[in-house]
Amino acid sequence: PNKSAKSPPRYCGGPPSNRKSQLGLALFLNLLSRSFGNSVHRSWRLSDYCSTEVGASHTGRSHCQSRLDIQVDLFERLPVPFGLVRFGVAPDHPEVKNVINTFTQTALHERCNFFGNVGVGKDVSVAELRQAYHAVVLSYGAEGNRRLGIPGEDLRGVYSAKDFVGWYNGLPGNKELRPDLSSETAVVLGQGNVALDVARILLSPLDILKKTDITQPSLEALAESQVQRVLIVGRRGPLQVACTIKELREMVNLPGTMPDMVTTDFEGVASVLKDLSRPRKRLTELLLKAAQGAASRQAGASRQWGFHFLRSPLEILPADDLTSTAGIRLAVNVLEGSHEGARAVPTGEVEELKCGMVISSIGYRSLCIDPAVPFDHHKAIIPNTVGRVQTGAGLYCSGWVKRGPTGVIATTMNDSFDTARSLLQDIEAGVIDVYSVKPGSRAVLSSLDSRGVKWVSFSDWEKIDKEEVRRGQRVGRPREKILDVAEMLRVAHS
Amino acid sequence: MGSVCKCSCTVTANPHAHLSSMASFVRFCSPILGSFLGAPLSSGYRVPQCVWHKGFGRCSVRSSSSQDTSSAGEKVVLHIVNQDGMKTTTQVTEGESLLDVVVNKNLDISGFGACEGTLACSTCHLIFDENIYNKLGPIMDEEMDMLDLAYGQTKTSRLGCQINIQKWMDGMTVHVPQEIKDRRSE
Repeated sequence: PNKSAKSPPRYCGGPPSNRKSQLGLALFLNLLSRSFGNSVHRSWRLSDYCSTEVGASHTGRSHCQSRLDIQVDLFERLPVPFGLVRFGVAPDHPEVKNVINTFTQTALHERCNFFGNVGVGKDVSVAELRQAYHAVVLSYGAEGNRRLGIPGEDLRGVYSAKDFVGWYNGLPGNKELRPDLSSETAVVLGQGNVALDVARILLSPLDILKKTDITQPSLEALAESQVQRVLIVGRRGPLQVACTIKELREMVNLPGTMPDMVTTDFEGVASVLKDLSRPRKRLTELLLKAAQGAASRQAGASRQWGFHFLRSPLEILPADDLTSTAGIRLAVNVLEGSHEGARAVPTGEVEELKCGMVISSIGYRSLCIDPAVPFDHHKAIIPNTVGRVQTGAGLYCSGWVKRGPTGVIATTMNDSFDTARSLLQDIEAGVIDVYSVKPGSRAVLSSLDSRGVKWVSFSDWEKIDKEEVRRGQRVGRPREKILDVAEMLRVAHS
Repeated sequence: MGSVCKCSCTVTANPHAHLSSMASFVRFCSPILGSFLGAPLSSGYRVPQCVWHKGFGRCSVRSSSSQDTSSAGEKVVLHIVNQDGMKTTTQVTEGESLLDVVVNKNLDISGFGACEGTLACSTCHLIFDENIYNKLGPIMDEEMDMLDLAYGQTKTSRLGCQINIQKWMDGMTVHVPQEIKDRRSE
């Protein structure tokens, strides 16, 4: 374990009486979070309370709590940390992954411990964690996906974006996906940033991809890919696309590709531009420009991409072999209402598109990992009030499992700050009894050991990290991800 | 604090600090702090002098102000008001970006500079006084793309990683936006 042997240092000044009462109090407050995704990670900013700052707060009159050392233990299902920053952010977006440096510094803090390869709900229950710790924060994200609920959804050639992204990003569970890249046209359902990531990875020149940390098997598969055209299909119109401008700009500027869109879909859009908020206005202007072909055409552009609006999926059509995909049948919609609140209403008209692959990018979905934790199956979130879960004190949630699976890193980061604030307020108000003695990781680890669970420490992860970077260097890439949990464990415990 | 701050900072506590100062209890442990709680970080972390040229990341970051380096090294006084209303006054060097300033001065701003100056986030979002903002020079598309995602964006907002200190900014005040949503809104 990467725990430091020395006791937590005292840095802040303050009246000697505070210091004395502090030492007397066995204040070993253990906080725990379920996964090392970026949301919870950001919420653990560890520190002593400085007595001067407690003085500044109008509730902080309790001298006994003036110097509280918080110990944070993070439990993660996989042997490797970072969640979507490692498995969701596209390989050609390395700068977005810079935030890993920040997370690493937090993990290396002496009062923070990482325990990988521990499945909460499977290897240890939430109830056991609540017994061992003063507070538990669930921030395990959304590892399921929303189903289309249409016939043909289980044909070969149909994938969720979650699985496709997991495949090219090396998520162990998606290693065997082997997506069928043999047909000329791929349809992506959904028009958010994930849909654009998928389209971009499908159409990116290999020269770009081979310098990234995309997995070697994916790179090889994409080198053989026959996909030349990607249609990004949405239920509503250009003014309702969920993607953001940076990702759209990348598509417009993607070498070797050109936009292919129907300008009639944009009727009436130019006239409402002036009424839009700046972000939406700029996004729509760029979309309009791309559709009108005014965006620069790349020399030798042989691959095409385009948004296809006002279409809802009805059925995925099988080929003659009845197992693979040949096309998709779509309902044609009109919009009722305008702007963000517009609703797609079917006209009764239907359209069929020929395609060999359908990637459904209609949203992720949180799962219920432990029946003891309340879960709203309709919204697929843990019901909460500013991150507090209503089953007695000391249970919290943050990130996508709290709000739903949308938002960029900054959104989730701020959300986790909110949860952290609720937790700190509860400490201040005595809702969390910091005077009770809790065993913390000692208890959990001994249960895990007796169950034969081989947990991975942060320094074990650093061995995996080093090995991945080493393998990558051999082929001129930033890293070669290990795709197999057993191999991760072997490297971690070597 | 045990941390060593090499500049001559003065920190003025806001006597009207309110509950949101609770957030300041929890410090952001990150590489942008040169030392955390008095213990220097491992030497493995490199100081981001030129963060946008690292690795193979797209070098899409451009300085929004002029490339003038003729008087690099001159000291300029800067005031930074953080989310709790606390003002820090510090001396900064002409040419460094506002992201560099926050990093080098160990200023404690939650989550600042997550993408390390590569225009892949909006966490270095700062608000300027209007007269300063109008002199800041053109904003590139790539900066505006990210700024548009920032919380609490105003008409005089910019990303700190794109603004370099210049002599004429002597005495200017920048504000860290209220990125914290109202907790009572839940």
